[in-house]
This record gives sequence, C-alpha cells and structure tokens, in this order.
Amino acid sequence: MFDFIKEFYLFLKIRKKYWLLPIIIVLFLFGGLIILTQGSAVAPFIYTIF
Amino acid sequence: MSSILGISAFYHDSAACILIDGKIIAAAQEERFTRKKHDPNYPHNAIEFVLKYANLKLSEVDQIVFFEKPFLKFERLLETYVAFAPKGFVSFAKAMPLWIKEKLFQKNLLFNKLKKHDENYKSDENIFFSDHHLSHAASAFFPSPFDEAVILTADGVGEWATTTVAVGKNETLEIKKEIHFPHSLGLLYSAFTYYTGFKVNSGEYKLMGLAPYGNPIYEDKIKSKLIDIKEDGSFHLDQSYFNYATGLTMTNKKFENLFGQKVRNPQYEKLTQFHMDIAASIQKVTEEIMIKLANSIREEYGIRNLCLAGGVALNCVANGKILREKIFDNIWIQPAAGDAGGSLGAALALWHIDQGNKRLVNLKDDMKGSYLGAEYNQEEIERELKAAGANFETLKYEELIEKTSEFLSNEKAIGWFQGRMEFGPRALGGRSILGDPRSDKMQKNLNLKVKYRESFRPFAPSILREDLPKWFELNVDSPYMLLVANINSDKKIEMTVEQRKLFGIDKLNIKRSEIPAVTHIDYSARIQTVTKDTNVRYYDLISKFKEKTGCPVIVNTSFNVRGEPIVNTPTDAFNCFMGTELDYLVIGDCILDKLKQNPKLKKDYTKEFELD
Repeated sequence: MFDFIKEFYLFLKIRKKYWLLPIIIVLFLFGGLIILTQGSAVAPFIYTIF
Repeated sequence: MSSILGISAFYHDSAACILIDGKIIAAAQEERFTRKKHDPNYPHNAIEFVLKYANLKLSEVDQIVFFEKPFLKFERLLETYVAFAPKGFVSFAKAMPLWIKEKLFQKNLLFNKLKKHDENYKSDENIFFSDHHLSHAASAFFPSPFDEAVILTADGVGEWATTTVAVGKNETLEIKKEIHFPHSLGLLYSAFTYYTGFKVNSGEYKLMGLAPYGNPIYEDKIKSKLIDIKEDGSFHLDQSYFNYATGLTMTNKKFENLFGQKVRNPQYEKLTQFHMDIAASIQKVTEEIMIKLANSIREEYGIRNLCLAGGVALNCVANGKILREKIFDNIWIQPAAGDAGGSLGAALALWHIDQGNKRLVNLKDDMKGSYLGAEYNQEEIERELKAAGANFETLKYEELIEKTSEFLSNEKAIGWFQGRMEFGPRALGGRSILGDPRSDKMQKNLNLKVKYRESFRPFAPSILREDLPKWFELNVDSPYMLLVANINSDKKIEMTVEQRKLFGIDKLNIKRSEIPAVTHIDYSARIQTVTKDTNVRYYDLISKFKEKTGCPVIVNTSFNVRGEPIVNTPTDAFNCFMGTELDYLVIGDCILDKLKQNPKLKKDYTKEFELD
C-alpha cells in the first residue's frame, strides 16, 4: 500500500493534478467505509453524517 | 539474451507477446484459448503460450510491460465526471467501486496474477507501464520496413488520447500531437455501430461492410451537427448528441431525433435502406477525416512513409483510399492494429525507446506474416484428431495440395489449418475457410451455411502477389488484408439498367465480376497478397488452383462461425468442421471428408456461441 501511495503521489506531482486529491481522498474514505461496514449497514450511517 | 513480455488486458482483446533481443518471437490473443470472443481478462493462457514458445520461465523474463497507464486513465475518468457533473452520476457510481477496489491497483493485480505462472517470480520491480497510443505507434513503426516514418494512430480512447501523430526515426519515436477524449473518431464510428444495432467493439466491420449498399445522404447532417472537421483533419464532436462520456450507451435521444429513427434492436428489427445510408454516410466522413489527417501530416513533416495502427486502422476501406490518393509513397499497417497489438507495441517501445537498443530495419517482414501464434506438428495433429474420433487420411505434400485445389475448383468449402496461428483479427491462410471465388453461390453459402452470419457480409480474396495488378487496381503488397481496392475493369461485369435500379441488399445476387464471391457490390475487395516467403503451403495451394482454373485468387475467411474466436487447436478445428457445412478439413498433412465422418459427432453449432 505504501508503494502505491508513493507512486500515486509522484503521478499527481508530475501531472500537476493536485486538485484531484480531495476527490480521491473522499472516494477512498467512502470506499473504506463501505468495506468496513459491509455494505448493507452503511446507509443509515451515511444519513447520520449528512 | 534479453527478453521482454508485453501484455494488453482488462478492456478488450487481451493478448501477450514476447520479444527476445528485440525480435518478435511469439504473440497471441487470449480469446483463442478461452474461446470467448474479445476476451478482456488477464491473458493467462496467452502468456503461458508465449513463454513456452520462447522456452522461458516467467522468472527468467527480464522485463514485463503493460500496454497502458491505469493512473492516467483514472485521471481522465475523474476529470470527465467533474466536467460533466451532475450528469453521469450513475456511470460514476458504477465505475468507481471497480477502480477503487481493483483497477487502480493494477500493478499489484498484475503481480499477483503473474506469480501464478512461476513460483520463483518474486518481485514486481520489472513491471513497467507504457502509454496506450505510444504502444500502438510503436507496434506500427518498429516492425515496419521504414527507417523513418510518420505514424498515425486512431482508436476509441486510450488514456486521454484518441488520435495521435508521431514521428519515428530508427530507434526513436516521438508523439508530436494528440486529439483528446471525448473527441474521438473511433468512438464516433462506434456510436454509429451502436445506432445501427451492431455490437460496439466488434460490429464496426459489419458497418463498414454495409456501407456500399447505401448512399451517403446523411453526410452533411453528420458534418454540420455532430462533428466539426478542420482542414488539417482535426475534429471536435458535439457532445450533446452522445452519451458515451458519462452514460451507459453510446448515443442519446437528441442523436435519434437528428436522424429520425430509434436505435435498431437487432433482435426484432431488420436492416433497412436507412441503416445502409447511415453506414455509407459515416464511412464517407471517416474517410474524409483520415485523408485530411494524412494530407496535413505529409505536408507538415515531409516524410514519405506512413504507418497506421489503432482500431480505426482496421478500416481497410479508408486505408485503401489513403493509398489511392497517393499522399504517401509507402504505407504500412500493423496487422494487430487493435488493442491486442498494444502488447507488442509496449514491448517494442520498451526495447527501443527506453532501453535505446539499435533498430535494424527488416525490409522483408518483421511480423513474419503475422504468423506468431501456436503451431502443431503432424504427430500432435493426428493425436488430437484420433482423440476427437475423426476419420482422416494422411497424404504426401504434393498430393495434399493437388487434392485440396481439386476440391476448391469443385466449389467445396474447405477448412484450412496450417502452421502457426495468426496474430490479429484477420485469418491469413493459417486458420482459414477457403472457397472458389468464381462460384455464384459461394458468398451466400459460406455466409448462411458455414459462418451462420448476415448474408450481406463480403468475403476477401487471397491472391498470388505476382498476379495482383492483373486482377485489381493495386500494385503494392497487402499481406495482412488491410487494403481495399477495386477489381480491374476487364474482370468486372457491369450492371444492367434494371440492376442499377435495385436497392440495398437486393444487389447482393447480381454477378459483379469473374470472381463474384470476393467482389463487394461496389466492385471493391479486401485484398491479401500471398508470397512464397511468408506462407509456402498457402502459396503452393493457390498456385495449383491457378494451374487448374486459370484463376490465381481464392476466397479466404476466418476459420470460425459468427461469434466464435478463430480456431486455435486441431480439436477446435474439428469441432467447427463438424458443426458447420464445411465439406473438407485440411489440417497439417491430413484431409477429412465430411461424408466419411461419424454422423453422431455432428453438433448443433449455431447456438454454441453468443452472436456478435
């Protein structure tokens, strides 16, 4: 995972696409959330966030 | 000794290729092994084959290279969704989980899959990533017979690029300019493929074959509403008519309203003159763009040689037009111009561009006639045929050629399985179905009784190279069936006034030339030239046929039925033979007569494969 983060950081740096970073972080956070909460339990959890 | 394994996968037409000291040793598409057409999955079988052919274990391979860059593709996806937001949310929600879970970690995914080939393969440090269009450009330039060329690649989309222009000189290759997604000639053609009810990424050929039945009456509409074509051939698509950037279809309601009909449903709607006119119109627009692009890059770079690759380079009608316009002195087209060839290009790009290895230009054919796949010796063939329950006789070479040419001249349909399998979508006399082009019934019979495909689809001729100018308006090599030219006027049979009045598919039954089975209704043919250098057996067979009939041309179509990948093994060939109305199967030195086979081995082949 560390290698991946390093490579992805280098990619953003070379492409000068730092503005994509917030989108990617949110995607990963929600992705992780869905995996951790095993899908079906995620809906009520999201409702409380918003 | 230095070896490079090239891989293309995860979109369509997965493939693998191996280079040893820069020489192309073997290449194959995964679909031929899995029997699943355009198989996009990790090419496990193709990799196993190329490694075995090169006598290497994976841990002995020096570098492994994937044909495109997943991070760049992800960047394009995100930026496209942002640009079109809030439109495209459904597509976004479908695509993202796959990317977050798997596609973004492609290096890891590849490494895990690769480990399964060899337990001694332990580090991912030798895995590299090429660029999609650089891979295409490298596959077109490095095997070409030119020391200098301008390379034009065009397809649906790679990472960002959809069309690129590159300049190659010896071992260098530099991309000079690009047209970016969503403006794509390949996707425009695919949008019309979808609109006329054919499958995207495989039905484009059918659209091209349908075009001569129609009139390009929608050309102006396409050019005024859908696409803005500049003088240099660059273009801009009006995205309000398309849905591919963010949706789950190619076209939208506005597109349907523009042409006045809904997308054709192939299950219950027949092809009409409308669809033929649409096909003719988009074909004409495609040709105009390709010719303008070719003209502008010829002028800009002043280089006499052109190389083509990318899916659009499989549009052999457009290729033929570029050739006829005499814009370039020489043209070379990569036979595996689609994504499968990306595996080859990625490996060649790594060898020459990154590693700086010298390039020796091969004036003959670095692609070895595109015969880069699996082959079977006589013993293996006989073993497989016996196991399948086949009844066959083994003949001496001269006798085999004599008998096969005799069958051909008696209008028999023959399955021809010889030597190495072809790399790329065309069968070139290694895994082919052959017939007599002089026969009036051959096109219809082969389409309906052997290939189980639409009757309008044309067949291609294989012709002895030395006889080419006597039969067609062409006098350059076309070994990969990627150039279309008209039949010579002295071989044509002109249409009568009544025949001229016929519309669309009704024209199919008109005898158009001395070789009607390979003459399309506009008198064109997709030509394969055959020389002794690349395929002796095939050359000898056509020569013998010529000796008997005076005709140096035979019908050559791929050895498969509609929806089936081209046969790979002798068993595949026997199954296809028994499932269709082929009369004979000639495989290695063996001949199989359908009448002598056990009738119980016949199978209903029509439902075996999903239609494409």
